[in-house]
Amino acid sequence: MDTTEMLTGFARTLRHAGVDATPDRVQAMLAAADVLGLTEQEKAYWAGRLTLCAQPDDLPVYDAAFAAYFGGEVPRRPRVTAVVATGATVAVHADGGGTGHGQDTTVGLVASPVEVLRQRDVSLLSALERDEVRRLLALLAPGTAARTTRRFRPARSGAVDPPRTVRQMLRQGGEASRLARRRRRDKPRRLVLLLDVSGSMAPYADALLRFGHAAVRRRPTLTEVFTLGTRMTRVTRALRHRDPDAALTAAGEAIPDWHGGTRLAESLKAFLDRWGQRGTARGAVVVLCSDGWERGDPAALGAQVARLSRLAYKLVWVNPHRGKPGYAPLVGGMAAALPYLDEFVAGHSLAALEQLVEVISRA
Amino acid sequence: MTPNTPGSPQELADALAGVGYLADEGLATAGYLALRLGRPLFLEGEAGVGKTAFARALADASGAHFVRLQCYEGLDAAQALYDWDFPRQILHLRTVEAAALATGDRPDSAALEASLYDRRFLIARPLLQALERSPCVLLVDEIDRADDEFEAFLLEVLSESAITIPELGRIAAQHPPLTVLTSNRTREVHDALKRRCLYHWVEHPSFEREVEILRTRLPEITERLAADVARATRRIRELDLIKTPGVAESLDWASALAALGAQTLDPDLAAATLGAVLKYREDAERTLAKLDSVIAAA
Repeated sequence: MDTTEMLTGFARTLRHAGVDATPDRVQAMLAAADVLGLTEQEKAYWAGRLTLCAQPDDLPVYDAAFAAYFGGEVPRRPRVTAVVATGATVAVHADGGGTGHGQDTTVGLVASPVEVLRQRDVSLLSALERDEVRRLLALLAPGTAARTTRRFRPARSGAVDPPRTVRQMLRQGGEASRLARRRRRDKPRRLVLLLDVSGSMAPYADALLRFGHAAVRRRPTLTEVFTLGTRMTRVTRALRHRDPDAALTAAGEAIPDWHGGTRLAESLKAFLDRWGQRGTARGAVVVLCSDGWERGDPAALGAQVARLSRLAYKLVWVNPHRGKPGYAPLVGGMAAALPYLDEFVAGHSLAALEQLVEVISRA
Repeated sequence: MTPNTPGSPQELADALAGVGYLADEGLATAGYLALRLGRPLFLEGEAGVGKTAFARALADASGAHFVRLQCYEGLDAAQALYDWDFPRQILHLRTVEAAALATGDRPDSAALEASLYDRRFLIARPLLQALERSPCVLLVDEIDRADDEFEAFLLEVLSESAITIPELGRIAAQHPPLTVLTSNRTREVHDALKRRCLYHWVEHPSFEREVEILRTRLPEITERLAADVARATRRIRELDLIKTPGVAESLDWASALAALGAQTLDPDLAAATLGAVLKYREDAERTLAKLDSVIAAA
C-alpha cells in the first residue's frame, strides 16, 4: 500500500468516525505529509491532525481513529445511544388534561379547533393533534429585539458622516454642498436556548426542540441551541436543517443523554465554561427550558444560574409545570434559581410558546 | 515563503527558542507547515496559553515584519484594510486651485483627479500593511469577536494575497504574509474560512516546559521559585475554576513574587500574590481553601 492510499484510507476512517474530513482537507493532509516526510508515525499524526481537524471536539475522535488505523484495530463508529423518539415519548390521552381550561365544552362552540389546540398541554395530545401542533410550531419565529452596534449606516438625519461628506465634496470639486449623515446600525441580540432533555422533561422535549428549530431557522447565525441533561450538547448545527423532522433526527443523533437523568448544575456549568463565559451568553437573551428538577445540591444550581444571569442580557426560565394550576416553584433547584431570573414563563402549550416568543422579542 | 525558511519543525522550534518562545512539537509542526504550505494557521486554546505570543515570536525568529489586527465587533474595511485621507485630499485640491488661480492656467482635470487618488493619500490599515511589507507575519487576533461581514472580506484578502482598490488598482504582496488567526470560540467561525487554514489547539505546557518558559522569560527568578510556581499553577488548573490560569498568568505570578524578593513559594506569599493568577473571587476562595495542598512540595 503506498502512502497516498494509506492516508486517504485513514481519512475515510476518520470521516466514518464523525470528523468532517472534506476532500480539500485530505488534499491539505497529503501536501503536509509530503512536506514533513513520513519517516515516523509521529509525523503522520501531526500531518493529519493539523489539516483534518477543525475544532477541539474532533481531537479525541482523531486520536482514537489514528490509534485504531495505524495500530491495526478495526475502526468502529462511535455508538449513537439515542435516536429521537418522534412519538413514543408523548403520552397520548384522547381528551385528557385540560390545563385550567375545563370549561372548553362551552367555549368550544365558538372557538376554532386551532384555538382550543393552542391552549392544550403538549404532553397530552393525540397523534393527530400533535401533527397539527408541530405544523403550527414550525410557523413560530422567535427573534430577539435589536440593540445598537458600532457599525454605521447612512441616514437622513443623525450625526455628520465625515467620510461620506468628504467623498461627495471631492466629487464636486471640493465644494461642500450637503452634509451626509449617519446613524448606528441595529442588530438583534443573540438568542441562546438551553433545553433540558432529561427524563422528566421528555413529554416537552419534542416541542421545545421544534421551537429551537424555528428559532435557528429564523436567525441561523444569531441563535445557539444546547441541550442539558447528564451532559451538555450543542445542537445548533443539527437544527440548521430546513426540514423540522430531519433537523430533529440529526439533533437526536447528536444528543447522547436523551431522556437520561438530570445533572442540571453540572451541565449548565459545562455550558458556561465552554461557551457561555467566552462570549456566547454575553449580552444575549438566554432561555433555559427545564422543570428545575435537580438531583444534586440546589445551591450549586443557584450558583451557576447566578453566573449565567451576570453574563446574559436577559435570563428567561421556561418551566412547563408553571402552566399547571396550583404550581409553586418550590422544588429545590427551581427555588434556588428564582432570584436570578428576569422572566419566568410556562411554555407547556402552543399558546404558552407564543407568549415565550413575545417575551423574547421584548427583551 | 520568506527567504530564511527553516528546514524542519525542529529548526523552527530552535529558532523560536532563540527569541524566547518555547514551542512544543505540535505547535512547531503547525508553524512549519504554515510556512511551507503557505496556508494560514488557525489557533485555538484557553486564554493565556501563548497564541498571540507565538505569532510575535514567529515574526522575530524569521526576521519578518509583524502586523497585528485586533478584531472587535463592527470592524469594517475602513479600519482593517485601507482608508483615504480625506482632509489631505481636500487640502491638495485647494492648493492646486490656488496655484492655478495665481498663474492663470486651467488645471488639467484628469491629472488633478489622478493626483488626488495617489498612493500617498491612502492610509494603510493592518491588512494592507501586511500585504505591502514583505516578508510579514499577520496576526488576526480574536477573529471570533468580529462579525461575519468582516470574515467575508478577510477571506478574500487571504485567498488572493492582494486587494483591489477601485481608484488605485491592485496591490499584491511580494510574498504572501504568513497569517496566524486566533479565536476564543465565542462563536463559530465560518467553515469557508476554517477550511483554508491549518488548525491547531494549543494546550497548557507540561510541567518541565513551563519551568523552562518561566526561566527563559524571567531570568531573574531562581530555579526553585520557577519550579514552585509551575507546580502550584498546575495544581490550580486541576481545581475546576471559572477561569483556569494560563502561562501568561504563571508568568505574572512569578514576576510578582520576584518583585517581592521571594526565593521560594510559601503560603503567606502565595495568598498575598494570588491576585496575579486568579481574577475571580470564587476562584480565589476555592484556591485559598486548598492552599496547603496547592503549594505543597512535589
